[in-house]
This record gives sequence, C-alpha cells and structure tokens, in this order.
Amino acid sequence: MKRVKKAMFASGLLAFTLTLNPAAQADPDDDTLVIDGVEVITSAKGKEDGPLDELYSGWRFRSDETQSFQADDFENPAFVAIDQALEQFEVVEGAAGKACASCHEGGPEEFEGLRAALPRWNADTGKPETIQHIINECRTERMQAEPWKWEANEMLNMTALVGLQSRGMPVDVQTDGEMSPWYEKGKELYYTRVGQLDMSCANCHEDNYGNMIRADHLSQGQTNGFPVYRLKWAGLGSIHRRFKGCMSNIRAKPYKRGSDEFVALELYVASRGEGLAVETPAVRN
Amino acid sequence: MSLKTNFLPALLLAVMPTVAMAEAVAPDDVVFEDDVIVASLTGADGNAVNGRKVFANRKQGNCLACHINADLKEQLFHGEVGPPLDGVADRWEEPELRAIIVNSKIVLGDETIMPSFYRLKNGARTAEKFQGKTILSAEQVEDVIAYLRTLKE
Ligand code: HEC
Ligand code: HEC
Ligand code: HEC
Repeated sequence: MKRVKKAMFASGLLAFTLTLNPAAQADPDDDTLVIDGVEVITSAKGKEDGPLDELYSGWRFRSDETQSFQADDFENPAFVAIDQALEQFEVVEGAAGKACASCHEGGPEEFEGLRAALPRWNADTGKPETIQHIINECRTERMQAEPWKWEANEMLNMTALVGLQSRGMPVDVQTDGEMSPWYEKGKELYYTRVGQLDMSCANCHEDNYGNMIRADHLSQGQTNGFPVYRLKWAGLGSIHRRFKGCMSNIRAKPYKRGSDEFVALELYVASRGEGLAVETPAVRN
Repeated sequence: MSLKTNFLPALLLAVMPTVAMAEAVAPDDVVFEDDVIVASLTGADGNAVNGRKVFANRKQGNCLACHINADLKEQLFHGEVGPPLDGVADRWEEPELRAIIVNSKIVLGDETIMPSFYRLKNGARTAEKFQGKTILSAEQVEDVIAYLRTLKE
C-alpha cells in the first residue's frame, strides 16, 4: 500500500517536473523594452557551462503597468533622482573645494561602460569595488568630503546617474584572476540555504523563476537594473538592499550593506546576468 | 530541587499558548517510522477550522505562497511553486501528511524548496528572533493536517 503510494508520488513528481519545471517552462512575458525609440534587450543566451540556458531581465516578469514606467524616461520616477544627481555633480563639497565636475569635466558621460563591468578589482585595496566604493573614494580621497552612506539619497541618486551612462550595454564582469576567490565565495553564498525557511537564492531565482510565489512573479533575481526604483519603497534602492530583503523574508540574518559577503554575492549575481543589458534605473513593484 | 520542578511547568505555561501543548512532542523527539509519523504531535486531533487559517496566514503556514488551493478562493493570490493541494487527502494518508509538514526533506527529498515546519535544524544564519523555534507549533501542525484531510475531490 505504501509502496504504491510512493511509486505514485514519484511518477506524480516526475509529471510535475515535466510540466511545471520552470527551466523548461519559464514564463516571462514576450514584451519588448523600447526606451525613446531604442530597444534595450531583456533576454540573452546563458553561458555554455552556466546555470541558466536563457537569461531574462526582471523587467520581463513585471506587470504591463510597472513595465510601462520604465519604457519612458518621463514616466520613470527614478529620473527625479537623476536630475538631483546632475545638480549634485556640480556642488562643491569638502576641504579640497571641489565638485565632481571640477575633475570630471566631461560630465557623467565619462562613466559610459563602467556600470556594466562592476564590481571590478581594485589593486590598491586588494578587494573588488562597487560603484559605491568608487564614488566614496572620490569623495574622501579627492574631495576630502564625508563619504555617503550606502543607502543615502545622494548615493542612490549618483549611482543611478553613473549607471544610466551604460544603459543598453551588456553586463560583463571579471570573474577570473584576483576576482576568482570572490566569485567562488559569492557562488557559495548563492547556493547556501539560510534562514528558518531554509532556502537558497537558487531555490527561488534558479529553480522557480517564472512561477508565482503568492502575489509575486519570480524572476531570475538579476541585478542589471540597479539601483532600481521600487514602487513599494517609493524610491531607489541598492542591490544590497534587495539582497537584505530577500534574506529577511526567509527569516535569515542578512549581511550588512557593503560587507565582503554582499560584494562577493553582487559579483556572482552580476556574472549570472552577463549578456543582459544594463537597465539602470529600472522600475520594479 | 523542588524549586526547579515547580519552576519548570510555570515557565512552560507562560511560554506556551495552551496547557494542552505542554504535552506536545518536542521537535527533536518526533519519531519517523518508514518516513511517516503516526502519532499526533499533541496527542489530540487538530482543529480544521483553525488549520485553514494557519494555511493561509502569511506569518504562519503561508502554504498559499506555493500551493493553489481552490477551497481558499476568497484569498486573492495562490502561488504555483508546488502542486495544487486540491484533493490532497485522496492522495496522502494522515501519517504521510504529518511527515511532509514536520520535515518536508525526509519525504520530498533534500532538494525541496518546501520548508520543514516542525524542525529545529534549519538554514544557516537564522534570524535571532526565530532561532530555536519551529515555524509552526505542534498544535498548528495538527490543525493544518486536520484541514488538509478535508481537501477531498
Ligand atoms: C579631485 C578630482 C576628483 C573629484 C572632485 C572627483 N573625482 Fe572621480 N575620479 C577622479 C580620478 C583621478 C579618478 C580615477 C581616474 C579615472 O579613472 O578617471 C576618478 C574616478 C571616478 C570614477 C570611476 C571612473 C572609471 O571609469 O573608472 C567615478 C564613477 C567617479 N570618479 C565619480 C565621481 C563622482 C560622482 C564625484 C563627485 C561626488 C567625483 N568622482 C569627484 C577624480 C575626481
Ligand atoms: C522565497 C523566495 C526568494 C528567495 C529565497 C530569494 N529571493 Fe530574491 N526575490 C524574491 C522575490 C519574490 C522577488 C521580487 C520578484 C522578482 O523579481 O523575483 C525577488 C527579487 C530579487 C531581486 C531583484 C530582481 C529585479 O529584477 O529587480 C534580486 C537581485 C534578488 N531577488 C536576489 C536574491 C538573492 C541574491 C537571494 C539569496 C540571498 C534571493 N534573492 C533569495 C524571492 C526570493
Ligand atoms: C516555498 C514553497 C512551499 C511552501 C511555503 C509550502 N510548500 Fe508544500 N510543496 C512545495 C513543493 C515544491 C512541493 C512538491 C515537492 C517538491 O517538488 O519538492 C510541495 C509538496 C507538498 C505536498 C505533497 C503534495 C502532493 O499533492 O503530492 C503537501 C501535502 C504539501 N506540500 C503541503 C504544504 C503545506 C500544508 C504547507 C504549509 C504549511 C506547504 N506545503 C508549504 C512547496 C512549498
């Protein structure tokens, strides 16, 4: 009797895997993202030996309404932040009496391509650096100004402005050489089950993307749109804020923003999205 | 010594919602026989009406996060990570359901995303607030089982 049940269950599971397995039947929608007449690709082929056959931007999993905000810079609420950052760029701060613009005379356009390649190796610190580290290095070392907090509005705005310069460019990060141990650490974190609910990032974003988890349409958890404007936050948020939120939801103690763990995870997650276009600043619900 | 024996029940009473639960089998003492759990965790039958609430409650079972359940159609959002639970009582006996909920890994396999609702050994870095605690109490587990047993097709 029990034997039969077990067998039934096994075949039930098989049928279930065949029909519902998201890798086989992920259902991002078929919409195309066009911003100001320029198409931004929202899918790409995964790497040969990578975990995902097909990569999809988180945009493909959002509702038409949320998607539409991102398809028009005038409707994208993040562009208020971009405007503020453009003003900030000219503001003199710190003992050196400089503004960003004092040195970066070409304007933020100088930073084209940077966002697509982050995090990157910093030989001076002997660690990978994120956009936040780079901006704060200019503030503390070159302007002699106070660093901005990771999630401060000024920081979010500026990271959005810098990121925007790479919009449409494919994510491509260094994962070998000095970055290799950080990549491995990030990968380990990605697949480690954490929290009282005992789940890894992969349980949701690799095994189940395309499926609804209660009211949320699970995406691949890509980072190509960050910082994103989240309607729920009514503002911009960093990659590490989202990581924290996902960990808290499964009742795990999140790492700190800017921690080595989250930098390693950011690197690894970026590598999972290599080939997707930078969408900064994206809009999410 | 006598202080200790007096102190303990009082403490339990203060922590546990009901007196009946003081007799519940502790998570580490649950006995699996051939991947099923025969005995009720509380020694009593669960309450299906409350089980239905636990099933839907986002801070308790939150089973709807992953399972469609037609009996709860007044709830707007049903997840699709796991199979629909309509008619689940036709597919599983009570001791099997108990095992799935107490420790999903034993029945569904180590890889399952489904949480183990009455087990202390969970993922690393469990938030302080939830350390040393099971997701559901023994009573809530029995209530959910009683509710699942009503899901017949
Ligand atoms: C005193 C001059 C100075 C000031 C002021 C300054 N920077 Fe820099 N910044 C540099 C130098 C020098 C570099 C490193 C050389 C390079 O790559 O251009 C750099 C690098 C950067 C980079 C990385 C560029 C790349 O492609 O690698 C970013 C982004 C950046 N700065 C942003 C800012 C922002 C935002 C501000 C204002 C908050 C600012 N900087 C203020 C001098 C300055
Ligand atoms: C219980 C399921 C679950 C787990 C486990 C989980 N997440 Fe998420 N995550 C979500 C949901 C739901 C969303 C919002 C909808 C979406 O984009 O998938 C989300 C969103 C994200 C996003 C934003 C994607 C975008 O396009 O805006 C990132 C990045 C992310 N998660 C990373 C992670 C990382 C890293 C981990 C592991 C530390 C993790 N998540 C663990 C459920 C989960
Ligand atoms: C995070 C997602 C998730 C949550 C939350 C969850 N489950 Fe599951 N459950 C699954 C998955 C997935 C399966 C299928 C087996 C597998 O693939 O691991 C499953 C299988 C089951 C089965 C066997 C189903 C069958 O018909 O064969 C039962 C019964 C069950 N779950 C009950 C529950 C109950 C009751 C709750 C709430 C207390 C719950 N689940 C919460 C994901 C979940």
